[in-house]
Amino acid sequence: MNNTAQYDVVSIRNDFPILGKQIHGKPLVYLDNAASSQHPVQVIDAIKELYESGYSNIHRGVHQLSQDATKAYEDARASVRGFINADCMHEVLFTSGTTDAINLVAQSYARPLLQKGDEILITHMEHHSNIVPWQMVCEQTGAELKVVPISDKGELEMDRFAELLSERTKLVSVVHVSNALGSVNPIKTIIDAAHAKGVPVLVDGAQSVPHIPVDVQALDCDFYAFSGHKLYGPTGIGVLYGKEKLLNAMPPYRGGGDMILSVSFEGTTYNTLPYKFEAGTPNIAGAIGLGAAIEYVQKIGLSAIAAHEHGLLEYATMELKQIDGLRIIGEADQKAGLVSFVLDTVHPHDIGTMLDAEGVAIRTGHHCAQPVMERYKIPATARASFGMYNTFQEIDVLAKAIDKTIGMFA
Amino acid sequence: MENLRELYQEVILDHNKNPRNFRKMEAPDGFAHGDNPLCGDQIDVYLVVKDGVVDDVSFDGNGCAICTASASMMTIALKGKTEAEATALFDSFHHALTEDKPYPEDVPLGKLKVLAGVKDYPVRVKCATLAWHTFDAALKKLQGNISTE
Repeated sequence: MNNTAQYDVVSIRNDFPILGKQIHGKPLVYLDNAASSQHPVQVIDAIKELYESGYSNIHRGVHQLSQDATKAYEDARASVRGFINADCMHEVLFTSGTTDAINLVAQSYARPLLQKGDEILITHMEHHSNIVPWQMVCEQTGAELKVVPISDKGELEMDRFAELLSERTKLVSVVHVSNALGSVNPIKTIIDAAHAKGVPVLVDGAQSVPHIPVDVQALDCDFYAFSGHKLYGPTGIGVLYGKEKLLNAMPPYRGGGDMILSVSFEGTTYNTLPYKFEAGTPNIAGAIGLGAAIEYVQKIGLSAIAAHEHGLLEYATMELKQIDGLRIIGEADQKAGLVSFVLDTVHPHDIGTMLDAEGVAIRTGHHCAQPVMERYKIPATARASFGMYNTFQEIDVLAKAIDKTIGMFA
Repeated sequence: MENLRELYQEVILDHNKNPRNFRKMEAPDGFAHGDNPLCGDQIDVYLVVKDGVVDDVSFDGNGCAICTASASMMTIALKGKTEAEATALFDSFHHALTEDKPYPEDVPLGKLKVLAGVKDYPVRVKCATLAWHTFDAALKKLQGNISTE
């Protein structure tokens, strides 16, 4: 289904019960997908079925339910492996989300390795979750955080990246798609350049996996992190992909049950991958829900979804640009489906309240990317972000609501 | 959207467009910075107190219409009030926006009443109270500084 003409948005919408909801007496127009997406009935049913007829704690259980739940949990891992084309199952670690995954790499990979004078290289468009874990590890080790600047258009300054990448750089951690600007970064170029200097790369894929087909082997990234809840799956579940060689060399992130082979007071033998990094009873239902979400996305086809969302992005950009006093923040040549904007006369926070009255759900604020706001000298933006179920008519509702907002504040 | 007129009354829109006492003071007696990390609103409140009376109060910064209008109206309401009256007014205003019970009429809100509609928008209450909390912090700092106890 690679042709947008065949893209059946109506039947997709029918799979998402919440989209039939009315907000303040208006049909819900859900344009807050970059914060969290909604759930198809297939995901909701998978979780319901688990709790109604298949739930038990997993691993080491001899009884039937435990074996069933273990199989469902590991099937979800297999779905993730296929989805990102990891080489093997045990390179897929379940985490609580992207934030957790990045912290895992910061503490288990970077911290033992970093020394005073070493550098971690990130970019100016990172989400706080790809800034703060590195600040913490720098504080712990004396390493320094370096930041690749961004242009007025919202693109990485790649010549500066090349300059900042040095023999002191121990890790590059970069966002694939910016949550505040929508910019799609040239991560393949970044990975190749870093590898040429022997530097591994972590990619923050929270905003990319719902919109762009990702193949971790083709990218050759060393780590790839993403969340379930932006991929039409549940909250509290995410994934860290890591190359086997790196993961094997890393100490565990957290100690506890399931991450061990044997424990005695003289010493403990750690479990093998991926369990070494999955201490404690994991988010079983979350993983199974994520597996169902991935199956759903694959059934529609990510290329078809990407093409549909690109159409929405182009249409929204065109419509919004016609509005007097509206400025789009982030106009990278390569963008994923979101539009961040400000109005001359209305603060983003007021835009959010006004649009909500029309049933339009957008996000307003700094989007956990305060350095981006500071870069463009704005306190906040309003952000409309698209998902596979959004329609062109919904963009019209958005544009009309913005017009009305401006009228009221005139 | 029309029912938002209750929230965004003309007076509020006017104060947002033309905020009163919107200026930085070079040598204030009291000063505080307030942040609403949720939405990025930032406000500085400047204060001059003479003989226990708010002689001048001003603000600058960046906030939404509710935040800006509330700050602007606050500066007008506070001028000429004693420190105790100012604190009582803050309490009364805060009460009106956050409590279900009617606020005590002994400290009338006067023109600030137009902001009472914010109560129906719980996520916006912090916008309306940010300037007041910042003023309160500035006053408390000032009182702390001059206190000899």
